[in-house]
Amino acid sequence: MAELITIRNLTKFFPGIKALDRVQMTIRTGEVHALIGENGAGKSTLVKILTGVYTPTDGEIMMEGKKLVFHNAIDAQQQGIVAIHQEASMFPELSVTENIYMGHHQRGKSHLLSWKEMKSNTKALLDRMQLDINPDTLVKNLSVAQRHMVEIAKALSLNAKCVIMDEPTSALTNNEVDDLYRIIRQLKAEGKAIVFISHKFEEIFDICDYFTVLRDGQYIGEGKIKDSTPDKIIHMMIGRDLSTMYPALPSFDPKSPVILKVRGLCQNGAFHDVSFDLHQGEILGFYGLVGAGRSEVMRTVFGIDRSDGGTMELFGKSYSPRGPEDAMKAGMALVPEDRQKQGLVLAMTISKNITLPAITKLSKKGFTYRKAEEDYTVKHGEEMEIKAAGWQVDADTLSGGNQQKVVLAKWIGTDPKILILDEPTKGIDVATKAAVHEFMVEMASKGKAVIIISSELPEVIGMSNRIVVLHEGTQMGEFSGDQITQDNIMKAAIGEKVECK
Amino acid sequence: MTDKTNKKQDLVAASRLVDETGLKNRLIEFFTKWEVLLAIIFVLMFIVFGSITPKFLRLKNLLNQSGTFMEKSIMALPMIFIIMCGDIDISVASIVALSGFGIGMAAEAGAPTPVIVLVGLAIGLVCGLVNGLLVTGLNMPAIAVTLATQSIYRGISKGVLGEHACTTFPESFQFFGQGTLGGSHIPFSLLLYAVLAVIMYFVLQRTVYGRRLYAIGSCAEAARFSGIKVKKARVINFALMGLFAGIAAVILASRICSVRSNIAENYDMETITLVVLGGVAITGGKGTVYGVVISSFLVGFLKFGLTLMKVNGTYQTIAVGALLIIAVLLPRLLDMFKANRKLAKQQAQARLEEAGAVSK
Amino acid sequence: MNGKTALNKIGKWIGGRREASLVILLLISCLLIGVMSPDFFSSTNVDTIINDIAILAIVSIAQFFVILSNGIDISVGAIIAFSGMACGMINQDHPGTPIFVIILAGLGLGLAMGAINGALVAYGKIPPIITTLGTCSIFRGSTFLLSKNTWVTAHEMTDAFKHFPRGRFLGITTLVWCALIVIVIAYVFSRYTRTGRAIYAIGGNPTAAKFVGVSESKTRFIVFLISGLLSGFAGFLWTTRYASAVNEMASGFEMQAVASCVLGGVNFAGGSGGIIGVVLGALFFGIINNALPSLYLNVFWQLFVQGLIVLIALMVNTIVDDRKARKLLAQRRVSK
Repeated sequence: MAELITIRNLTKFFPGIKALDRVQMTIRTGEVHALIGENGAGKSTLVKILTGVYTPTDGEIMMEGKKLVFHNAIDAQQQGIVAIHQEASMFPELSVTENIYMGHHQRGKSHLLSWKEMKSNTKALLDRMQLDINPDTLVKNLSVAQRHMVEIAKALSLNAKCVIMDEPTSALTNNEVDDLYRIIRQLKAEGKAIVFISHKFEEIFDICDYFTVLRDGQYIGEGKIKDSTPDKIIHMMIGRDLSTMYPALPSFDPKSPVILKVRGLCQNGAFHDVSFDLHQGEILGFYGLVGAGRSEVMRTVFGIDRSDGGTMELFGKSYSPRGPEDAMKAGMALVPEDRQKQGLVLAMTISKNITLPAITKLSKKGFTYRKAEEDYTVKHGEEMEIKAAGWQVDADTLSGGNQQKVVLAKWIGTDPKILILDEPTKGIDVATKAAVHEFMVEMASKGKAVIIISSELPEVIGMSNRIVVLHEGTQMGEFSGDQITQDNIMKAAIGEKVECK
Repeated sequence: MTDKTNKKQDLVAASRLVDETGLKNRLIEFFTKWEVLLAIIFVLMFIVFGSITPKFLRLKNLLNQSGTFMEKSIMALPMIFIIMCGDIDISVASIVALSGFGIGMAAEAGAPTPVIVLVGLAIGLVCGLVNGLLVTGLNMPAIAVTLATQSIYRGISKGVLGEHACTTFPESFQFFGQGTLGGSHIPFSLLLYAVLAVIMYFVLQRTVYGRRLYAIGSCAEAARFSGIKVKKARVINFALMGLFAGIAAVILASRICSVRSNIAENYDMETITLVVLGGVAITGGKGTVYGVVISSFLVGFLKFGLTLMKVNGTYQTIAVGALLIIAVLLPRLLDMFKANRKLAKQQAQARLEEAGAVSK
Repeated sequence: MNGKTALNKIGKWIGGRREASLVILLLISCLLIGVMSPDFFSSTNVDTIINDIAILAIVSIAQFFVILSNGIDISVGAIIAFSGMACGMINQDHPGTPIFVIILAGLGLGLAMGAINGALVAYGKIPPIITTLGTCSIFRGSTFLLSKNTWVTAHEMTDAFKHFPRGRFLGITTLVWCALIVIVIAYVFSRYTRTGRAIYAIGGNPTAAKFVGVSESKTRFIVFLISGLLSGFAGFLWTTRYASAVNEMASGFEMQAVASCVLGGVNFAGGSGGIIGVVLGALFFGIINNALPSLYLNVFWQLFVQGLIVLIALMVNTIVDDRKARKLLAQRRVSK
């Protein structure tokens, strides 16, 4: 195993944020290297620098003794560093062959593209990976897993020396993950270097040989996987023990009244037969891998998407929202997953964002009323401790944590009885994260019902009274009390049967 | 010690940059506003034309002249809403044609003036509503749908009227396009426009509905997640557009006293030009009514001034086209300038956050 | 393979391909029209139809590349007018100029106007609709200036000029040959060159295009160059075919070109569609326009019928896409 890429003192500044602070890492050939860290630890920034998307502020990347300087993504590709991006980098309307060859189409003698050659090469490539995909299929007709495989095939066609996989298993089923492992082992045997980013420890211990841990943009440590344990790595990742990370939950009384009763909720192609009760004063966790249908269930409960079957009851009355406006009237609030596109209107001021859901209440006969809006903004903005130069500053000037506080302030003003939080701590700093957790506990102890969706298993476990687990749109079970263990929840999430109440 | 004072100075500078109330910041914000630039150009135009031909400055001439471009100016008002929400309507000229066709037919059938007007408005409203329902129902880009209805609406009027022109109108009907306010030179259409513009100004800038339009235009998904009925608002916009095109048809038919199937040709392009020139972002979310009011008069009087200077009408067409392109290119340069300022602000904000300075 | 699976296969091919369903639609409408007016299939009428749509096909291809890149070019009609007028005037003022020089002039002018559009869109970052809306007035206005508000009539043109599109080779007119050559080149360009595929890439997913090294601004610029070039050529053909150059010529023609694309299954959001579909779309318009009189509708209804067809095509596109998406979701469910 020879050293392929050596990273020294890599530093990257963004306006106001030190995303990477003197990070080091050594990537070797024929080795699967796990890059570990919490959300916001700097993993994706590091990947983007390695693939030429960002230029580093300081530090150096050496490859086989030579210093690398990338001006764009193509430079990195030509040096043999390829990242398997998520779907964002596919052309859905074009064929598998073309997706693999876009940007470096093969040409015949006449300088025209030789589709025949490209197609047979693609076929050979897919065969080598033992994949049963027709090269002529349009990518939009492939499953998520197949798209991943095509991305990997593309990296192979580029003769990559180093393949970076960013959470490649997040949307895959068990069998598909096995396929991926097989291909990773094959790549390893061929002497490629692989950087593997994952939140799931069993995967890291299954497939990886070496690890590097980042925390808050800093290098924390590295080592051989076989010499380490998950507990040790977790400790490096979060810097303290799991148990002290989350605030104490309010005690939950299973006999407290049921606010929301969902029975057999279905949506074609997304989820089916989802049933749960939401009690007053509890925090209900929803867990599942990406694509399991967690967000889709909540979108349907909040009225954004229509349900294709099932019933919902709110405060004992039948509830079938035609849109978010109905859900809001019924006392619900949803803090959506995508803060920048769904949570906030970035081009509007903090004040206008906070008042948006309550604008009718703050108006007089349809006319907006500035004084009422100002008072309202100050009241809820201060409640959430938003740090900003003024309330008339555009939301896009704020940091991620402050933006999330604006979203929370926006909804707390509507005085919701049910608060749904979809990935509320994704990409925000540790301090705000703690604030969000405390906020949830406060809401629950005030008698509100809170639902939290998170991809971080420790967060769901640490912050929920009960947990509902989904797998590919199917409800796998509901866990409470002692049944809530990392092992149980994970097993249910990947589709294994787990005994629960 | 010096390090500490340096840091303090740095923070003071940062808070100055972020502070929106500072005089320098305010001045820069003000003069980089598109509407202000437009107003300056407007004043410059008066100075230039006024010094070349004094005729240009005569109030009577200006008032008379304003009567000739009110149809497009009226149609530009609801177009603000449509473009604001990221849509576009290129069928408006055809709506005027179809509505005008209804007006002409009603007049030829001997209907009284109120009925004629109602027919015109109703046809406009229905056409707009159909556009809105098709755009939101089919979930297709507005440009594609209104491209089809553009042909359909004008096609009906062309199919029925052929080469025929309706020219008989009751005398009272002629007031809308030709009448002036008791003895003065103020055209009725100008007054109507003023009233409509004020109403639209209040709707956009001072009502809940207006606030929602800004939210939809900036980010439709976030608006939807905040409980705003996005589709409904868009349908209302298109319906409003149709209604205003109906109003424009009444004024146009009354002014030229003749309805053919080819009336108002190119009005859609000119209307969109006025709106974009008025500072409404074609990508949605940005714009004001007063900006478009200024641009309407700017273009109208520019053409008048050029006519007085005996400049060929063709040059006027070219001038308007060039104006449109410059109008988009210039704010883009301004935006670049503003983006730099914003970046500086973001950095300043971050430094303040780091220092733990909580405002208010 | 037994008959049933073969039939199934054919059915699948037709269902899966926009072009195939268009061919069937064309055949059915031809059959219906033929029943109502037997003259429709006469060789002179067929000749008329294909001569009528030759220019439309060329301009639709110009528009196709622009829509493929997720843009629109409203100025094609004005480009046709300007270059057509220029060609007519060259012929009028210098009757000795060889035809190929005039063609080069038309192409060059089109290319120049396309370059203006392209520079504004690709490097000025002005949305295509706004850019071409503005240049539409500028080019059209310039046509009036060029002609000093007059027109070139048939008897001011040389015979060689007028007869150019009417000459025949293998029984087919030069005009149709020109269109065929453009179609073949455009087909090869769109399928077998890197630049052609780059247009699909930037229309389908500009971010991904950047990742694989396709330059968005360069490709956008080329798209408008092509559009201008083809429109300039169409301008020359227009003047010779109608043996007159008037300032208003080809006004509204851009919409017909867009309509052929929509009918041909080109996605308005960019990134999908093909030359064959576009040509079939143009052919369909030619047939409908030709058949209108035999359908007891006067020529004034032409515009209405066109609009209706586009609207129906849009609806069909949406419904088909919607159903496909649903079916795919259902399949994924089952496979899991």
